Amino acid sequence: MSMVDTLRELGKRDEVFPFLQQAAPSPALDTRHGPILYVEGVTKSFDGFRALDDLTLYIDDGELRCLIGPNGAGKTTLMDVLTGKTRPDTGQAWFGQRLNLLELPEHVIAQSGIGRKFQKPTVFEQLTVFENLELAMHASRGLWTSLRWRLDGEQQDRIDEVLALISLTEQAYAPAGVLSHGQKQWLEIGSLLMQNPRLLLVDEPVAGMTGQETEKTAELLTSLAGKHSVVVVEHDMDFVRSIARTVSVLHQGSVLAEGSMDEIQSDARVREVYLGE
Amino acid sequence: MLMRQPFVMRLARLHSGFGWAVVLLLAAFALVVVPLLNQFLTPDSALYIPDWLVTLTGRFLCLALVALALDLIWGYTGILSLGHGAFFALGGYVMGMHLTHNRMEAGTIPNFIQFLGRDDWPWFWVPFQSFWFTAVMVFLVPGALALVFGFFAFRSRVRGVYFAIITQALTFASMLFFYRTETGFGGNTGLTDFRELLGFSVREADTRLVLFMLSAVAVLLSYLLCRYIVTSKLGRVLVAIRDAESRVRFTGYNPLRYKLFVWTVSAMLCGLAGALYVPQTGVINPGEMAPANSIEMAVWVALGGRGTLVGALVGAGTVNGLKTWITAAYPDLWLFVLGGLFIAVTLFLPKGVMGLREQITGRSKQ
Repeated sequence: MSMVDTLRELGKRDEVFPFLQQAAPSPALDTRHGPILYVEGVTKSFDGFRALDDLTLYIDDGELRCLIGPNGAGKTTLMDVLTGKTRPDTGQAWFGQRLNLLELPEHVIAQSGIGRKFQKPTVFEQLTVFENLELAMHASRGLWTSLRWRLDGEQQDRIDEVLALISLTEQAYAPAGVLSHGQKQWLEIGSLLMQNPRLLLVDEPVAGMTGQETEKTAELLTSLAGKHSVVVVEHDMDFVRSIARTVSVLHQGSVLAEGSMDEIQSDARVREVYLGE
Repeated sequence: MLMRQPFVMRLARLHSGFGWAVVLLLAAFALVVVPLLNQFLTPDSALYIPDWLVTLTGRFLCLALVALALDLIWGYTGILSLGHGAFFALGGYVMGMHLTHNRMEAGTIPNFIQFLGRDDWPWFWVPFQSFWFTAVMVFLVPGALALVFGFFAFRSRVRGVYFAIITQALTFASMLFFYRTETGFGGNTGLTDFRELLGFSVREADTRLVLFMLSAVAVLLSYLLCRYIVTSKLGRVLVAIRDAESRVRFTGYNPLRYKLFVWTVSAMLCGLAGALYVPQTGVINPGEMAPANSIEMAVWVALGGRGTLVGALVGAGTVNGLKTWITAAYPDLWLFVLGGLFIAVTLFLPKGVMGLREQITGRSKQ
């Protein structure tokens, strides 16, 4: 090939060369052995206080799991570890068989399919509801793509669909900052759905919601299980009872008991530490 | 999926029809009306624009370009820089080095280099003989400094007031570096006594008029570039970083890349502004890197209104106009006025001049 041809090849406008493409963040998620999340022997201390103490937990692919436990049991710290915000002192955490969560930065973990909803709803207040969903939409996160980005019809439909699902169609073009607390919770859940994650970590989704909203959230989360795996941290016991199949009770940084709601409620140790009996 | 769209269409959507009309009117005023009034009217006409006013406005345009660059990083991304004076001055020095070459007879070197005990140009001076090399370096020198500095600062997640303080340190350190005679940039006198650029005398009124028009074009194109960035999805990611950076990370974006991009673009625009400013002012010295200068730049943006781009232009024009008038009429008062202005804006106009209308209508609704 002459040099001119080589140059011509390089100048092709419709070709994206491998070195320009963002490196695939990770090898594909591998859940052939069942669990989507492996947490083994994780310990994390803050100034001598053991927030997580040799915690071991497995979540199956497609499962809906509830985590309960008194304040300081380590629920939020666990979420921080899984999303890369906090690095544990010892232990392992794997997403599927191949992704070592303890080595990846936050944004790569998010790209590889773990979505998180915070305890305090965090939305982009200055952006509209629609823009919040658009930003979360599953797509390349590269600079150039973002600069040239334009929604196509299909993506527009997907956003409309989620808007309807979270009952915010009317507020689509209002800044997210003006929404009520419950609506922000919903918007954050909607953003999670747009990311289309394999594993959703949901921290206190019904705090500040009315009874009716709570019911709807329960319905939504239940419908997500199967296609996605969902881990819910919640204090509201009625809510947990309404959605839970398996419940893990955390106490002083490790799993105290695991089982169905009935089993948990009849467990003597759980009654002692959590239900206060 | 990324949809292909003609660039022209994307450009057209930067503004509403009304917005475009205003932009084009202003551009026509600067590029057609001002030159005509300056060239074809006599000084006794009421509409005559004198040469000194053309040059003054040309310099204001360069400062407005700095304000635009600062708004991109502060107003939209929420990163307050109090060191943009360093990038501005670097662009100025790059141009100053070229102009210094132009003023020397072949084979001679300036005094400040002779005093270092040399009889030839130091290696880092040699390539600036070329105009095109200089034109590229105007962007690359501030851009490279911003890229390296930004990489370490953003990677360590330095934010808010801490970041603002280290940018002050950056501009202060640059100032000390350029003040030293041994570094070969003319010490505290800086570079001055410029004569010509591309064969045109920089002291001639006609050259000054062209420089004014070039500055206007630079502001116009930079404004459109900034507008293109902030109206894209990338711009919405920047606003998202400003409002909730950790949420951005958990959504899968790497804020480091976005911040670094916009920070470097901002520094490059400052470099361009500096390069256009120097031939119109006739001097560049380390005083431009004084920390107070960079703080003043932040006042321009705050006064005009952050996160609006237009506000930055308005703020830079207003403050510099006031400064020119007050430093001539009441020289001792200027710093008090500047300080008072900043306090007043912070207390009464949190959204600047651009937020005024919203503030008034908002209040009347209550």
